[in-house]
Amino acid sequence: MGNRAQILIVGTIFLGLALVPLFAELTQTPFYLDLARRMMILAIGALSLNLIMGYGGLISFGHAAYIGIGAYTVGICAEHELVSGFIQWPLAILVSGVFAIIFGLISLRTRGVYFIMITLALAQMMYFLGVSLDRYGGDDGLPLIERSNFGALVDISNNVTLYFIVLGALVLSLFFCKRLINSRFGMVLQGTRSNETRMKTIGFPTLRYQLTAFVIAGMMAGFAGALLANHTDFINPDMMHWTRSGDLIIMVLLGGMGSLAGPVVGALAFILLEELLSGVTEYWQLIFGPFLILVVLFARGGLLGFFADKEQRDG
Amino acid sequence: MFDPNLLFEQFFNGLQLGLLLFLLAAGLTLVFGIMDMMNLAHGSLYMLGAYVAAQITLWTGSFVLGVAVSLPVILLLGVCLEAGLLRPLYARGHLDQVLATFGMILFFNEFVRLVWGPEGIEVPLPDFLKGNIVIFDIPLPNYRLVVIGVGLIVALMMYLLVTRTRTGMLIRAGASNRDMVQALGIDINRVFTLVFGIGAALAALAGALAGPILAVTIGMGENILIQVLVVIVIGGIGSIRGAFVGAMLIGIIDILGRSFLDTFFKLFLPVNAAETAGPAVASMLIYILMAAVLFFKPQGLFPAKTG
Repeated sequence: MGNRAQILIVGTIFLGLALVPLFAELTQTPFYLDLARRMMILAIGALSLNLIMGYGGLISFGHAAYIGIGAYTVGICAEHELVSGFIQWPLAILVSGVFAIIFGLISLRTRGVYFIMITLALAQMMYFLGVSLDRYGGDDGLPLIERSNFGALVDISNNVTLYFIVLGALVLSLFFCKRLINSRFGMVLQGTRSNETRMKTIGFPTLRYQLTAFVIAGMMAGFAGALLANHTDFINPDMMHWTRSGDLIIMVLLGGMGSLAGPVVGALAFILLEELLSGVTEYWQLIFGPFLILVVLFARGGLLGFFADKEQRDG
Repeated sequence: MFDPNLLFEQFFNGLQLGLLLFLLAAGLTLVFGIMDMMNLAHGSLYMLGAYVAAQITLWTGSFVLGVAVSLPVILLLGVCLEAGLLRPLYARGHLDQVLATFGMILFFNEFVRLVWGPEGIEVPLPDFLKGNIVIFDIPLPNYRLVVIGVGLIVALMMYLLVTRTRTGMLIRAGASNRDMVQALGIDINRVFTLVFGIGAALAALAGALAGPILAVTIGMGENILIQVLVVIVIGGIGSIRGAFVGAMLIGIIDILGRSFLDTFFKLFLPVNAAETAGPAVASMLIYILMAAVLFFKPQGLFPAKTG
């Protein structure tokens, strides 16, 4: 797909996102503000997954775990009356990074089906850990007493302010991914995806690169988790459930794997589709499941890729 | 505080969970192993098997009939799924397989919710399986003994099938080197349909047997699927022997961990801390075991692939 077309699509999306608070205010529908904010937070999560999955070829089926770890870090801090966002957010990123190092070291010893299953199992372990943490709400989850406090700098207890913070975070994340992918590091990562043996033969310690990418992705997801905790004012183990990880994979694939802005488009499409279908019928997954299968079978390259092909076909 | 009778009883329960896991893992490990296919929908077959058996049992009052109907129904469904949906995916990457089978899970879960409603079904125990047998003063429920018996019989039959028959030879050959088997003129796709069908029937059997013990609910397939994946990873993909050893390990360790870990922690931790840490660590125990096994043997305990 042409670079210009991609910039056009992404530019339109961001313009639309920037206008959502105005729209919500004028039409008195705070629901849309909430929906768009959740979509953007998930987009950051999907962007981070795309780093390892799209560019690194590492299919992690446990990425929601890091979102959960980030959210729990914020939630647990708040529970112990540590509400400063200057501490909470960096800590959320740090803790998810530490978990990503450990999980990465374990799972990167394997490839293929093994890798998928192990990331899935490790994430599910975190889910069950969350369920068994009675002190922090266990199965029911834990309400956030107070959103992260940034003192005089900015007050995110205001929903619109938080919205723009999230929007800014998404733009920054996108920019960060762009820089990372086009850097030497990103090139090595992509080279490893297409042929690991070759990269090793040239002399790159591929495992080290993959682990680094895995940890960066984990930290980004942890950041998304910190945002998510503030967004929902609530943490619960369900954030880490394996179907959440599946949702993230779907977003990346829907948008177009290995394209920079794909996950943003994918997250948007996913959330809209979910809203649309659940409006049509209570049993919306009855439609969504087969839809997924059709996407896999026929729309390779996701929505961005699908439209790009169409453009080429149409001349 | 520590009761050897309880230990024996829980060991027995662990054995039963292990055999249930084996019924699921046996089919799935072959699917993974032979076709290098990532199939998440195996848990759905388990769930559907449980629902069909439960429904027939409620209609006719005969649990045995429920199991007997459920098996061929799910076997047929499995074969249709394999031929219609999964076959085009073999040539695709793992990611496509994950996504398509994930879509199948969503569909089947919602389908079950539509047909049977969000509440689970309670399956009554058949009269002749109620009651206990007392061994060394320890009451063992008849039904659990039956589950263990069936599981052991299936394990034995699978072992004989895989090691003593021509079909089994092809299955083993397919698991260790699929291309070579094809090059020798064997239609591996037919072998695979067979394996998938057997796997589906075993999943249905596991679901039907689990019905009276565990609740028949919508999420039942996914919860056990993750445990089954751990079993397969520990045992080594494509290995029936590995699936058996892995299932026994996971079943027994999981149950014993949940029963005794807090008691064990109390030996050296304050009571409060032990009661918090016990359940938390117990719920993570099988994953820690998996990580440990992988650290020393990344291919699992009994790797089937020869490269």
